[in-house]
Parts: sequence; structure tokens; C-alpha cells
Amino acid sequence: MTDCARIELGMVPGTMLQRFRDGDLDAFEALFREHQRPVYGWILRMVRNTAAAEDLTVETFWRIHRAHDRFQPEYPFGPWARRIATRVALDWLRAQRPEDELTAEMAGTLPSASEGNPGIAAEIRSKTALAFSRLPPSLRAAAILAVVEEQSHKEVAAALGITVGAVKLRVFRALRLLRKDLEKQGITP
Amino acid sequence: MNAQDENRIKQLLKQSLLPVERNAEPEHDLWPAVLRRLDEDAAAPHRTNSFSMPWFDWALLGGVAVFVLSFPVTIPVFLYYL
Repeated sequence: MTDCARIELGMVPGTMLQRFRDGDLDAFEALFREHQRPVYGWILRMVRNTAAAEDLTVETFWRIHRAHDRFQPEYPFGPWARRIATRVALDWLRAQRPEDELTAEMAGTLPSASEGNPGIAAEIRSKTALAFSRLPPSLRAAAILAVVEEQSHKEVAAALGITVGAVKLRVFRALRLLRKDLEKQGITP
Repeated sequence: MNAQDENRIKQLLKQSLLPVERNAEPEHDLWPAVLRRLDEDAAAPHRTNSFSMPWFDWALLGGVAVFVLSFPVTIPVFLYYL
């Protein structure tokens, strides 16, 4: 739905958020159409599995709808949706076993912004991905968002509901555990 | 782990797990799936309206009832511990 169409329907952002809060399904659909792509992209960054990301996007918007009466229209919708999406993705990560998560998608076939470095042997990349999949989900989420996806610490902190300091600590712990695991596998980074 | 090690691990991680495309989007329109989920949610309370209790709770309740009817003198003891 375009901005013009929204305004014609009386859905200027402020009133649309209010209508969503009141349980209006049309307002919810308009917000879904506007935020579906960023929510999906955020979840995909965390779970790195396109089919799971689609399911979890549906789950996220279902939870958003269920919580509509707790939404405060004076605050923006995007960050609120992202926090819910982060919780949904973390729940999924916690439910997975490392070997389930290590799919071809994880290491290479996702719609990526750049090609992999051919200088790094495929075996090392695969061992690194496997070691990464064995990290605790909370550390993995912080590391993937901050290091791989290069999101700002502030953004990651807001999405995970923790402080910037805690994000830095989680990234540090993730890197340290990753290094130990790689060393066990005979790789000295 | 010093800063140099940290940077090396970061580089290795970035080269092993590629970042997702900025404008990645779902292959399908997810709105119908969201609507289905909302419909299921709306139907769920009707299913849970009927009173349901696990079978072992019924068995326990039945056992206590039989015991109390067989030995009525235990009723004050039960009442004391409730």
C-alpha cells in the first residue's frame, strides 16, 4: 500500500498505529506490508535459513498482533517489531541442534552481499561455520549481527534488549570460544 | 586473546559466513500465512473452552474418593492437611 493510498484511507502513520493498537486488521495489514521485508531480513541474518526465516516472520507478526494492545503508538513500530523478531529468532536458535543448523545455506548459498574469499580454503570456512553453530545462541546472535552483518552495537543492543557493553562482551566471548573450538580442530587462526 | 587475534577471528568469521543481502525479501507473500495463523488463534479458545484434565489427575481424584469412602475416619486428617 502506498503512502497516498494510506492517506486516502485515513491511515496517516499516527492514526494507523493507533488503529493497530485498537485491533484494526487493515491497519495491521498496512504495517505488515511496510515492515515485512525488514523483519524478514533481520530474522534471516540471525537464523541464516530462508525457509525458517519465512516461518519465523509469520510467527513474529502473529505475536505482534497478539500484543497489539500493549503497543504504545507514540513510539515507532519498527524497533518494537525488531525486538519481537529477535526473540522469535533466538527461540528458534535455542531449539536447534548445531548439526541441524549447519546447512549449505549457512555457509554459502544465502542471497549474499559479497562473494566468499577464494583465498580461504572451503574446509576452513566449513569448520569455522560448524564451530560457530556450536556457540550458545545468545553469543551467536550478538556475533553474527555485530561482526558478520556489521550492525552497530547500539542497534544490536536495542534488538537484544541488552546494553551496548553487554553486546561487546558477548561478541568477545563468542570470538574467544570460536578460537578455542578452531584450535581443537587443528586450525590456528 | 589480544586485539590482533580478535581481528583475525573476526575476518575469518566474515569470510566463512557471508553477510545477507541488504534487500533480501521472502519468496512468497506471507500475509495469507499470517491470516491463517490469526484464524487458528481465533478458533483455539473454542477448543479449550471445554473443561479438560489429564487422565492421571482423574485417576488420582478417583483413588482419593474411593479411599475416603472406604475409610471415612480419614476425612478429618485430609481436611487438616488441606
